[in-house]
Amino acid sequence: MNAVLRTFDLCKSFGGITATDHVDFSLEKGARHALIGPNGAGKTTFVNQLTGVLKPSSGHIELMGEDITRLPREERVRRGLARTFQINQLFATMTPLEMIALVTTERLGRGSHPFRALDADADLVAQTADILTRFKLDDITDRQIATLPYGKQRQIEIAAAFAAQPSVLLLDEPAAGVPEAERRELMETVDSLPKDVSVLLIEHDMDLVFRFATRITVLVNGRVLAEGTPDEMAHDPAVRAAYLGEAAHV
Amino acid sequence: MRAETIEARVRQALYAGRRWHPAEIAFWLLAFAAYLLFPRNLLLLNEIAILALFALSLDLILGYAGIVSLGHAAFLGMGAYAAGLFAKHVGADPLAGLAVGMGAAGLLGLLTSPLVLRGTDLTRLMITLGVALILYELANSFGSLTGGADGLQGIMMGPILGLFEFDIFGRTAYLYSLSVLFVLFLAARRVTNSPFGLSLRAIRDNPLRASASGVPNGRRLAAAYTLAAAYAGAAGALLAQTTQFVSLDVLDFHRSADLMLVLIIGGAGYLYGGLIGAIAFKLLQDVIATLTPQYWMFWIGLFLVLFVLGGREIIHGAVQKAAARFARLGRGVGR
Amino acid sequence: MLTILFDGIAYGMVLFVLGCGLSVTMGLMNFVNLAHGAFAMLGGYVAVLAMQRLGLPFLASLPLAFLATALVGIVLERLVYRPMYAKSHLDQVMFSIGLVFMAVAGTDWLMGSTQQFVRLPAWLQGRFEIAGIGIGRYRLFVIAICGFLAISLQWGFTRTRFGSRLRAAVDDARVARGLGIPVNRLFALTFALGCGLAGLGGALGVELMGLDPSFPLKFMIYFLIVVTVGGTSSITGPFFAAMLLGVADVVGKYLVPQVGAFIIYALMVALLITRPHGLFARARA
Repeated sequence: MNAVLRTFDLCKSFGGITATDHVDFSLEKGARHALIGPNGAGKTTFVNQLTGVLKPSSGHIELMGEDITRLPREERVRRGLARTFQINQLFATMTPLEMIALVTTERLGRGSHPFRALDADADLVAQTADILTRFKLDDITDRQIATLPYGKQRQIEIAAAFAAQPSVLLLDEPAAGVPEAERRELMETVDSLPKDVSVLLIEHDMDLVFRFATRITVLVNGRVLAEGTPDEMAHDPAVRAAYLGEAAHV
Repeated sequence: MRAETIEARVRQALYAGRRWHPAEIAFWLLAFAAYLLFPRNLLLLNEIAILALFALSLDLILGYAGIVSLGHAAFLGMGAYAAGLFAKHVGADPLAGLAVGMGAAGLLGLLTSPLVLRGTDLTRLMITLGVALILYELANSFGSLTGGADGLQGIMMGPILGLFEFDIFGRTAYLYSLSVLFVLFLAARRVTNSPFGLSLRAIRDNPLRASASGVPNGRRLAAAYTLAAAYAGAAGALLAQTTQFVSLDVLDFHRSADLMLVLIIGGAGYLYGGLIGAIAFKLLQDVIATLTPQYWMFWIGLFLVLFVLGGREIIHGAVQKAAARFARLGRGVGR
Repeated sequence: MLTILFDGIAYGMVLFVLGCGLSVTMGLMNFVNLAHGAFAMLGGYVAVLAMQRLGLPFLASLPLAFLATALVGIVLERLVYRPMYAKSHLDQVMFSIGLVFMAVAGTDWLMGSTQQFVRLPAWLQGRFEIAGIGIGRYRLFVIAICGFLAISLQWGFTRTRFGSRLRAAVDDARVARGLGIPVNRLFALTFALGCGLAGLGGALGVELMGLDPSFPLKFMIYFLIVVTVGGTSSITGPFFAAMLLGVADVVGKYLVPQVGAFIIYALMVALLITRPHGLFARARA
């Protein structure tokens, strides 16, 4: 058992609403782990706490055995925790090339240099080129992100998270809003992520979940309802009950 | 083979921001040539150069970091008073005074940077306005030091580098201000095309994504704000040194308001906007002042209203059309 | 000392009437209107001119100031403000600064730059003593009027249909539209009301704050403080903010006259550091 990301009794309330209810969670190294649950279950709130966008009301979070509960967002990224957002969060006025370069130069620890020229950095150039090729963005490097089709933007979202060379990658509904025709390319990208990167996937698309995940956690009303292999989850009566209303997604 | 091509393209794309466009070279040649071309307007040209530097400093935070400020005059004033007081009480060397002015303003920027990092656009407006007003009141109250409402007078400047004396025609003044502007511009150009500059653009575009990419938003913004403050301080120091006087007006609200107008005329986010805006604004001001010296505030206000209501689009459209025609001419000649 | 406090409360009341219109329009239209002070100035000048040229009594000049300014507000909203709603905050700020410049210079040209005065009716002049506190009659009058206005505004805001529609639109204009609330008309009416209140405040304030063409620039920061500290989602927020500001300013200037104005700016900066969203703003999720 080799957990890279763990939460201990994590709780989060907003006024009277409990969004995260004593959640103990563990992500294994090299995992292909999916987090599912009905709308409003608190999945994104959970990820927001993991990444530092929200502060938990109580409990703590460990990354590679180190307590990161008080750590600011950017520090968590530096320690290898990256995420994609449910709604694309991109740099609208930049090109994909510039965006990937930005993530890469931060990762190389050179983000604060005020005088260095970007093109003179050989590592930056090589690694940016590599990411662009790997995520099939090499034909649109110079187009402004705001002008690209949604599916391509989603690719960039994942590419940018990956460019941070994370050891733990959190994907928040990567297929959301992506038209059917472009889903395939996206699924291939998710499938081809290296084996040493531990991935937590939040998804509503059960097709994607059962294709991708070796382990599933079900979250309902902020609580962990069940956890196990996809097979176990598919046959668990409590899980099926929780999804009766979600039949349209299955 | 394919990987090689893409690497070259990446390198080329990242270099693009640094390449000198012929129009830029022409701009600076013309700026320096103005010394010979307009020998009788050097005092006005000096004012334009100083205003251009002031506008450049605002562009750094507004155009690149996305911070809206209504109190940038605070740094102009800080630099002016610091340089003026330095010349009066310590030493008359202009470059030393310039350094002091930049340092004082930069320090003020660093100290007030935590204030502009929090809250909404509105809060930032209020805080920057508040800081400038506080400074104004302080300068007004401590008259024994600053001269109060009468201003800081009797600033005597020594020669620059021990060689170039200041003269009443503004010859030395203009070349001095222009040179300082040029050097600081070059530095700003370097910075905006560096990883630091890229991260500022990222913060401006999407702070959430920036921090999710590992950018320490607060630290970078504070650094940018401090740099911008130092630049504004340089403008203030130049003002004090070339006019040998610091008026309380240097901290007045209309300075910050006029500056915003300068920047929106020229456009923010590409470094030349402030320079072009400064030229346009000063010429506009000159024209209006000769026509109606007392009520120029009205015409500036009217211009501002019309500009924002739709004038900007009209002007930019016309400029773009003219530029396109120019480019076609150039291509035609080349053929 | 209590007299000073009383004066501060009166001053705060006027600031509230002046600022609450701005607070609601800013919260509603999400529009940074720095020209609000120009409407106040207009009200002041209308009142002064009505008394000087038309011979109107003081009490009659007050509703006239309100109506005239509200009317100008309606016209300007339709003609000039509406196309600005969609623009960036920076553009809105620059636009309203342009209006202020025009108003200040225009008033200077029309009316000259001298201070204007109102001749108060006899029954509003002078003061009387209660338990050792000097109560200025005019100040008491101001407190009564503004207090009454505050209560009616609060009642109107929280207990009428107009008020609840307004609150809905402030919360989320898009959803409000979807619910069938005529948001545009709401904007126009509320803006007019805000301007009218500013005009009334300006008229009331001539005696306390003076009146000359530089009024909008001198007091711009005060209105903005009321709005940022008091928040834009209630009437009570700006009320307490205005009270705090009024008392702090009067007391500060009395105790430490050299740096009087400086105190409220420092107070404001300190407040905004600790509570960037205002003292009374609800946390926007």
